[in-house]
Amino acid sequence: MCTTCGCGQTDSILISKPPKINIESLKINGDLHHAHIHNHDDHHHHHTHEHDHHHEKTVLEIEQDILNTNNLLAERNRGYFDAKNIFAVNLVSSPGSGKTSLLERTLKDLGKEINFSVIEGDQQTFNDANRIQAIQIPVVQINTGQACHLDSDMVNKAVKELKPVDNSILFIENVGNLVCPAMFDLGENKRVVIISTTEGDDKPIKYPDMFLHSHICIINKIDLLPYVQFDVEKAKEYALRVNHHLEFFELSVTSGEGMNKWYDWLRKQVKN
Amino acid sequence: MHELSIVMGIIDIARNEIKKANLHKVETIEIEIGTLAGIEFEALDFAWNMAVNNTVLEKAERKINIIQATAKCISCGYIFNTKSVFDQCPKCNELFTEIITGRELRVKAITAI
Repeated sequence: MCTTCGCGQTDSILISKPPKINIESLKINGDLHHAHIHNHDDHHHHHTHEHDHHHEKTVLEIEQDILNTNNLLAERNRGYFDAKNIFAVNLVSSPGSGKTSLLERTLKDLGKEINFSVIEGDQQTFNDANRIQAIQIPVVQINTGQACHLDSDMVNKAVKELKPVDNSILFIENVGNLVCPAMFDLGENKRVVIISTTEGDDKPIKYPDMFLHSHICIINKIDLLPYVQFDVEKAKEYALRVNHHLEFFELSVTSGEGMNKWYDWLRKQVKN
Repeated sequence: MHELSIVMGIIDIARNEIKKANLHKVETIEIEIGTLAGIEFEALDFAWNMAVNNTVLEKAERKINIIQATAKCISCGYIFNTKSVFDQCPKCNELFTEIITGRELRVKAITAI
């Protein structure tokens, strides 16, 4: 499905491994804009069927969730992850909260004991995939073009390209955006929202949807707390008001403070 | 601009449903959207006008039923209209509430010929 700008270009989403591994890339072809171009005015055709055709109106009671297609495919992804004992994490945040840095450090520190793979979502560039590839972790980059979020179809295609191994953790780094990715289930086991102390502590109530749909909230860059006006307790309180099931990790990717608790949690998820 | 994805989803549903019913043209489409469904109505309008060209919905009349969000207080059970997912209970000031309605996002019915 074309999720971009509706301008008629249907091939702007690219899913590919970073060039150094594999130059082959896969285009998703949307068909929407070109479907149904035939002209109904020309349909003065032979109606061989029996009714006398007064163009009677038919009411179709549909009652179908608009996100149904995405949700069904997300469930298929989830089933695949389940069968292979892959723990899939959907990482969401605003741009610059430290998603990729958190991944880099986690992969470096735990890469020897846990098998990881990564799907990187960005509008453009291989930069993030290159950072992950430098640590020798299997990675596929999704460039969404103009689209502001990943959807389950993109992840489905990326997983086929990536072929993650059994008993592993798959990180899906979503497009940096605290609004749109909230609505799109990718088939992940857990959704992790990251905020950093250089942002406002009222982010959870400014962008409640993302916090409502997440399971884990990571507060990153706590090493900067002495220099910024960020009240951790207030941020947590706001987040809990939106979603009282949230579990928190306070950490600094740079200094390493608090990382062990996060690592212990990840270790628990790959155990059978 | 996830509203564009939503409109694309609506077009897909309409196309599939009228094909199944062997109909050709959508006259009206009725959609239900909750006030907490994460839809910006202006963005939806904008996306709609762009996206429906050359589709079964090009000439269709669009009816949107907006569903008021309600929440239930987890302490006292009071049900109230809410503007956000974190409004306090107006009766007992409890902060924790559960959303009951307002997250709907569905195609309810289509009238087609």
